[in-house]
Amino acid sequence: MDKVVITYLCLSILLYVLLGGADFGAGIIEMFTSSKHIRRTRKTLYHAIGPIWEANHMWLIIAIVILFVGFPVVYSTLSVHLHIPLLIMLMGIIARGTAFTFRHYDAVHDSMQEIYNRIFVWSSFVTPLFLGIIAGSMLSGHIDTNASSFSEAYIYGWLNGFSVSVGLFTVSLCGFLAAVYLIGEADDENDRLRFIRKARGTNIISMCAGGLVFSIAAMENIPLIKWIFGDLVGFIATVLALLSLLLMWYSIKRRKKFLPRVLAAFQVTMILVAITYAHFPTVVILKDGGTLSLIDNAAPSRTMSALGNALLIGSVLILPALFYLYYSFQKEELRAPKQ
Amino acid sequence: MDDFLAARFQMALSLGFHIIFACIGMVMPFFMAVAHYKWLRTKDAVYKSLTKAWSKGVAIFFATGAVSGTVLSFELGLLWPNFMQHAGPIFGMPFSLEGTAFFIEAIALGFFLYGWDRFNEWFHWFTGLVVGLSGLASGILVVAANGWMNSPAGFDYVDGEFLNIDPIKAMFNDAWLTQALHMTLAAFAATGFAVAGVHAIMLYQGKNILFHKNAFIIAAFFGSIAAFLQPISGDLSAKDIAKRQPGKLAAMEAHFFTQRSAPLLIGGIPDTENRKVDHAIKLPGMLSFLAHGDINAEVKGLDTIPADEQPPVPIVHYAFQIMVGCGVLLMIFALIFLISQWRKKWRDQKWFLVLFIISIPLGFVAIEAGWTVTEVGRQPWIIYGIMRTSDAVTPMAGIVWSFYLFTAVYISLSVVVIFLLNRQIKMVPKLYDTPHKL
Repeated sequence: MDKVVITYLCLSILLYVLLGGADFGAGIIEMFTSSKHIRRTRKTLYHAIGPIWEANHMWLIIAIVILFVGFPVVYSTLSVHLHIPLLIMLMGIIARGTAFTFRHYDAVHDSMQEIYNRIFVWSSFVTPLFLGIIAGSMLSGHIDTNASSFSEAYIYGWLNGFSVSVGLFTVSLCGFLAAVYLIGEADDENDRLRFIRKARGTNIISMCAGGLVFSIAAMENIPLIKWIFGDLVGFIATVLALLSLLLMWYSIKRRKKFLPRVLAAFQVTMILVAITYAHFPTVVILKDGGTLSLIDNAAPSRTMSALGNALLIGSVLILPALFYLYYSFQKEELRAPKQ
Repeated sequence: MDDFLAARFQMALSLGFHIIFACIGMVMPFFMAVAHYKWLRTKDAVYKSLTKAWSKGVAIFFATGAVSGTVLSFELGLLWPNFMQHAGPIFGMPFSLEGTAFFIEAIALGFFLYGWDRFNEWFHWFTGLVVGLSGLASGILVVAANGWMNSPAGFDYVDGEFLNIDPIKAMFNDAWLTQALHMTLAAFAATGFAVAGVHAIMLYQGKNILFHKNAFIIAAFFGSIAAFLQPISGDLSAKDIAKRQPGKLAAMEAHFFTQRSAPLLIGGIPDTENRKVDHAIKLPGMLSFLAHGDINAEVKGLDTIPADEQPPVPIVHYAFQIMVGCGVLLMIFALIFLISQWRKKWRDQKWFLVLFIISIPLGFVAIEAGWTVTEVGRQPWIIYGIMRTSDAVTPMAGIVWSFYLFTAVYISLSVVVIFLLNRQIKMVPKLYDTPHKL
C-alpha cells in the first residue's frame, strides 16, 4: 500500500503544480498586462478559472494530508525548519483566495476593486515563489537539523541562491502554463496574439530562470547536472520536454486549442521527473548529508493501508465529478461562443 | 508573551476564525437548497432571487473557510510539529476522508455557482445540496479528529512510544459521536439565528418585505429546531465527559471537592486559591443528576487530579456559563418562533424582530465558548493523558510575531467580509426587487 500512497502523493503534487500553477500564472499574467488590455484579460481569465479554481487548490490539501498522515517525520521536519517560507506561502494563499472571490462577489464595483486586484496579482506571484523556494530547499542540502543559532536553523535553510532560483523558475513556469492555457480562451485574434506573445515571453524567462538554477546549483555544489544527465530516465525526460516544447509551438501555429495545453503540461511534468527521478524516493537532503526518504519514513503499515484505501475510495468519487466539471464548462464554451 | 503562549493563542485564533466560516459555509447551503426547491416547485421568483442572494454568501464564506482551513492543515505542523509527528498516523484517518469531502464540496460549488441555466434544473439543485452534505461530512470528520485528542484510542502507549496503531479505532473514539452531534446542532442553531437576524434587520427597516420574510422563515426554522435539540445533545456530552474527562467537568463547574449529591453552580466567581466559588446560585444535587443521572451520585472534583494536570478553572467555568446562557436564550427564542407559527401577527411586530436581531451573535458566542470549554478544559494535555501541549510546541523562537501577523490578517479579513455582506444586503432592493411588494 505504501506505493499507492506515494503515487497519490506524487500525483497530487503534480496536479497542484499544473492546475494550481496555471491558476497562479493567471494572476502573474494579469500582473504583466498593460492597463489598456487589463479589463479584457481579466474577463477572459475569470471565465477560464472561475468555476474550477477552488477545485484546483484542493490538490494542495490532499498532498499535505498525505504527508502528515503517511510521512509524519518529513512533514514535521519541513514544518520546523521551513516555518518562515511556509508562513509566507500561507499568507499568499489566504490573500489570493479571498481577493479572487471578493472581487467577484463585491456587489458594488468601485475603488475597492483596485485593492482586490492588487492583492490578487501580488499574492499570485508570492505564493508560487515561496512554493518553489520550499521545493528548492528540500533538495538544496541547506536545511540544518543540528543548527544552534536561529538564522542557521530557520533562515539559511531556505534563504539561499539555489532555493530562490527554484522559486523564480516556478513562478515563470506558472506564468508559462497560464499563458498557453489562455491562448485557447482568447475571444478574438488580437487577444490570441497577445497571449501568444505572453507565452513566448514566459517561455524565454523560464529558460533563463532554468539556466540560473543550473548555474547556482553548480556554484553551491548541488549535483543537479548529475541528477538530470547522469541518469537515463532524467536524460530522456529532458529530451522529451524539449521535443514537446517544439511540438507545442507548432501546434499553436496550427491553431489547435487543446494540444498546446497538453504539451505544456507534459513539458512541466517531464521537468519535474528529470529533477526528482535520480534521488527518488529521497525527498529531503539535509546539511549533514542525512536524507529523508518516503520509503524509510512511511507511517506504520495499518495507517498506510487505511490511507491508501481512503485515497482510492476518494478518487472514485472525486475524479468523475471533477472530470465532468471541466468537461461541462469546456463544452459550454464550444457550444455558445462568448459575447 | 512567551512563545508557547503565543503558539496557543495563534492556534485558538485560527480555529476560532475558521469555525465561524466553516459553520456558515456548511449550513447555509441547506437554506439555499430549501429556497431553491421552493423556486423549482412554485416558480415564485422571490425564491429564485433568494437562492441567488444566499449563494453569494455561500461563495464568500466557502472561500474564506477554505483558505483558513488550508492554513490550519499547515499550522498544525508549524506550531505543534512534535504532536503531528506522533499523532498524524494515528488520528489522520478522518483528515484523509475529509480531504475527499472537501474536494467534492469544491466541485459541487463550482457546478452550483456557475450552473444556472446550464444544466437540468434538478441536477443543478442537487449540486447545491451536495455542497451542504459534503460540508457537513467535513465538519463531522474534523470534529472526530478533535475527539481523538480528548479521548485517545487506537494505539498502545509503551515507554513513550505509540505502538499497534489502528487508525479506524482512533477515528471512532469514544468522544467523536457526542462531540460531532453537539457541534453540528450548534452550527445549525448559530447560523440559523444569525441569518434570520440579518433578515429581521431588513424587515424592521421595512425593506423588500416579501424577500426577507421568506428568508427569515427558512433560516429561523432551521435554527429553532437545532436550538431545541441542542440540550439533549448537551446532556449526552456532559454524561460522557463525566466518565472520560472528570477534570474538564470539574473545571466547567468549578467543582473543587469530590462529593455526593453535588450541586450545579450557575454563574459565580471561582477562587482557585481558596478553592471555593463566590456568588454562585446552587441547585442542590443537580450536578450529580446531570453527570450521572442520579441526584445522590458522587461527582469527582479537582481534588482527584494532580495539581499539574488540572485545567485552568476560571476560563473553563466562565466559558461554560456563557455557552449555556446563550443556548438557553436561543431556546427561548426558538420557542417564540415556533409559537409564531400559530400567531402569525407576531411576526410583523417590532418586539419580535428585535428579539431576533439580538440573537445574531448569540449562537456564535456559544460556539466559541463551547470550543474554549473543550480545548482549554483538556489542558495541560494536547493528547489527553498522553502528551502535554508544552511538549508539542515548535522549537522555533519568535512565534509571538507570527501570532501578531495572524491577528492582523484575520481581523482585516473579518472586516472585509462584514463590509462585503453589508454591500450584498444593501444591493438586494436593486438586484432582486420583485413586482409584488406588500
